[in-house]
Amino acid sequence: MLKRKTNDIPYSEVTPKSAYLNRRAFMAGAVAAGAAAVAGKRIAGLISPDKSVHADTKLTTVKSPLSLTGVAPTSFQDITHYNNFYEFGPSKDDPARNAWRLKTRPWTVSVEGLVKNKQKFDIDTLMKLRPLEERIYRHRCVEAWSMVIPWVGYSLSEFIQKCEPLPSAKYVQFISLDDPSQMPGLSEVNLDWPYSEGLRMDEAMHPLTLLTFGLYGEVLPNQDGAPVRIVVPWKYGFKSAKSIVKIRFVDKQPHTTWNDSSPEYYGFYSNVNPDVAPQHSQKMERVIGASIFHQLQPTLMFNGYGDQVAKLYTGMDLRKYY
Amino acid sequence: MSNRSIVALKVLAHIACLAPVAWLVVHLIQNNLGPDPTATVTFFTGRGTLRLLVISLAVTPVRRLIPQLTWIIRFRRMLGLYAFFYGCLHLLTYIWLYAGFSLSTMIDDITRRRFIIAGLTAWALMVPLALTSTTWSIRKLGGKNWNRLHRLAYLSAIAGVVHYWWGVKPGVLTPTAITVVLAILLAARPVLAWWSSRNRVPVS
Repeated sequence: MLKRKTNDIPYSEVTPKSAYLNRRAFMAGAVAAGAAAVAGKRIAGLISPDKSVHADTKLTTVKSPLSLTGVAPTSFQDITHYNNFYEFGPSKDDPARNAWRLKTRPWTVSVEGLVKNKQKFDIDTLMKLRPLEERIYRHRCVEAWSMVIPWVGYSLSEFIQKCEPLPSAKYVQFISLDDPSQMPGLSEVNLDWPYSEGLRMDEAMHPLTLLTFGLYGEVLPNQDGAPVRIVVPWKYGFKSAKSIVKIRFVDKQPHTTWNDSSPEYYGFYSNVNPDVAPQHSQKMERVIGASIFHQLQPTLMFNGYGDQVAKLYTGMDLRKYY
Repeated sequence: MSNRSIVALKVLAHIACLAPVAWLVVHLIQNNLGPDPTATVTFFTGRGTLRLLVISLAVTPVRRLIPQLTWIIRFRRMLGLYAFFYGCLHLLTYIWLYAGFSLSTMIDDITRRRFIIAGLTAWALMVPLALTSTTWSIRKLGGKNWNRLHRLAYLSAIAGVVHYWWGVKPGVLTPTAITVVLAILLAARPVLAWWSSRNRVPVS
């Protein structure tokens, strides 16, 4: 019993399957088209749309030395069907079910605040600013589950350098899309929207912090934060803002959504730390995709990125600044 | 309601209470409980406990409101014991799959985490009720004392709901439904008592 290993599908095989993710959006259009077209043949074609429609979802990437090696990523299916994205609902399967409503084109990210180049970036320009890298990172949710995810993007620092922040800019704030017509969870979840997250400037400038556009070599599926999100692998997942529309450079620590909601549970820093756990224990984590009796594994300080990031916090009491 | 119908209904009730556990075991063996099977089992057994507890607490108000249904009292013990059974499975899930049988982890959780304290309280309050669920116990304790003791079921349900709220992320409203149902059932008792005392013909 329970023979399945954590990841027995080589992800090169999983990649092309993503095409079906857009099925919902396709079906929505199909309802209108279907009303006019009575022919059954055509309906059949709509139910399993031709994959060539989504040929543009593939991304060209280069390898990165910052990727984990020797670990098999979590399956594409689990990464895209088990996650938190409260704008689409509070359950783990809500994002996959509801994110087809999100329109990722046209999309602009506006850069605001203490910065030389206040500018609006079109998403396609933003994606082409730097070569895209594949970064295989550990991902740790504050709910004590974890994944290994092959993200695609480039270091946020490269983008920040383009923006030329003023010396007075000490923090970066990320604001996510807040549109109830596309995001049914906004009215379902009692949080102060829009979602706001933030990093200290040195955290934002750390090469590990990834401005992310893709997953498994393809553009981000809507439910994972399309069209652009950040990924901060040594912090709990909620620090990595999704579907970003504004990047703001500020001089004071910006307010952040979960910290506003329950400051006693979710600190501004929220570094992965097995020894600090205001709500649930963080000592262990459940590996997503593993069989039930092999799910638990110990959580590592800074999610295993201590060598690279611990120096950002020297002299700080991490019990106080959790 | 004839005895034969009651027996038939009891068989159905046993099936209804055990079928979900059978479903869980089959899926467990097939390793088919989703991306996070531990969480699946946790929520499955936890919700099961609360639902059964709340259904067992509905028996008395329903009997008062609908005199034709007084026979449902014969199902209350069974429902309560199944609630305890699901509660034990839920606790076992924690001890096995979260704490990995580590005593130090459990002690750490019990002393520091309020949602664990609330959950353990809810379970512990059911223990004396399960132990005194036999007809022999009712006779031994006397109806009045037994009834008084079994009011702990209210406290257990309240602790269970508090455990649910403290366990989910703030802002998540999934425990609302069970909370509202429990509140109605708890409020129904004094309201029904007041109503029946008002309608009673005063003894002159």
